[in-house]
Amino acid sequence: MSSIKPRVKVPKEVSIDEIVEIKTLIRHPMHSGRMKDPEGQTIPRQIINSFSAKFNGKEIFQMDLEPSISTNPYIVFQYKVKESGKFDFEWLDDNGEKYSISKEMIVS
Amino acid sequence: MKLRKLKKISRRNALQLIAVFSGTAVFPTISFAQSNQALDRINEITNGLGATESDIWLDLPEIAENGNQVKVSFEMDSPMTETDHIKTVYILADGNPSPNVAKFSFTPEMGSCSATTRMRLSKTQNVYLLAANNNEQFFMTYAKVKVTIGGCGG
Repeated sequence: MSSIKPRVKVPKEVSIDEIVEIKTLIRHPMHSGRMKDPEGQTIPRQIINSFSAKFNGKEIFQMDLEPSISTNPYIVFQYKVKESGKFDFEWLDDNGEKYSISKEMIVS
Repeated sequence: MKLRKLKKISRRNALQLIAVFSGTAVFPTISFAQSNQALDRINEITNGLGATESDIWLDLPEIAENGNQVKVSFEMDSPMTETDHIKTVYILADGNPSPNVAKFSFTPEMGSCSATTRMRLSKTQNVYLLAANNNEQFFMTYAKVKVTIGGCGG
C-alpha cells in the first residue's frame, strides 16, 4: 500500500535548549478487527503497531499502538534541541510493512 | 424570584428528593462493581505494587461527541535527566474491548514528558494514565469521559 503517506511537522529553525514540538500524522485505516464491512464480514485487524523517532541515529521516542488508537494515528511529542541534525521517523504495520520519513532540523 | 421558590422546599420534600436521587445512584455502582480491566492491568504492570495517585496533567474532553476520535494529552513534571526521568507512560481504558490504548517510551533527550494522540472509546468510561520512572516507581491518574457515540465498531 504505497498510498500510505506519513506527514511530520518539525520546526525548521530552532535555538539550543529550546523544547520543540514534533507533530506526526499517518494516513492509515487502523482496522481494529472488530468492525464489519457492508456484507457483514469482519474486517481483519490491521493497525500500525509501533512508531519510533530517531535523532542522528539514536532512538529518542517510541510508542506502542493498540487497536484503541484512532484512524490516521496522530502523535505529538517534544524534543529538547542540542544540535542540528536529522530526525528519522518510522511506523510499523501489522502486515510487516514499514513507512518512514526523515526531516532536517537546523540550529540557528 | 427563583431563590424564593427554592427556599419553599419543605423538609419532607427535601427528604423525598434525597431518597429519589440516592435510589438512582445505586444503579451505576452495580455496573462499576464488575472487575475493572484497567486497574487489573495496572496491577499486572506494577507487579501488584500499585501506583501512587499523583498530580499529572491529563487532558481529556469531559464529553466526547464522537468516540472514534478522542484527543488525549498529558504532561508530567519530571527533570528528565539520566538519573531521574519518566521512562514509560501507559494509557488504559476500562470500558474498551481491551484496556491497552498506548504505551509511550520516553528518553532523557526529550527534555519533557508530554505527548498527545487520539484514541477510540467504545462507551462512557474512565481513562487511566500510568507512568513509570527509571527507578521503577509508579504514578497514576484518571479521568472520566462521557461518550455520546461509541467508537471501536460493533
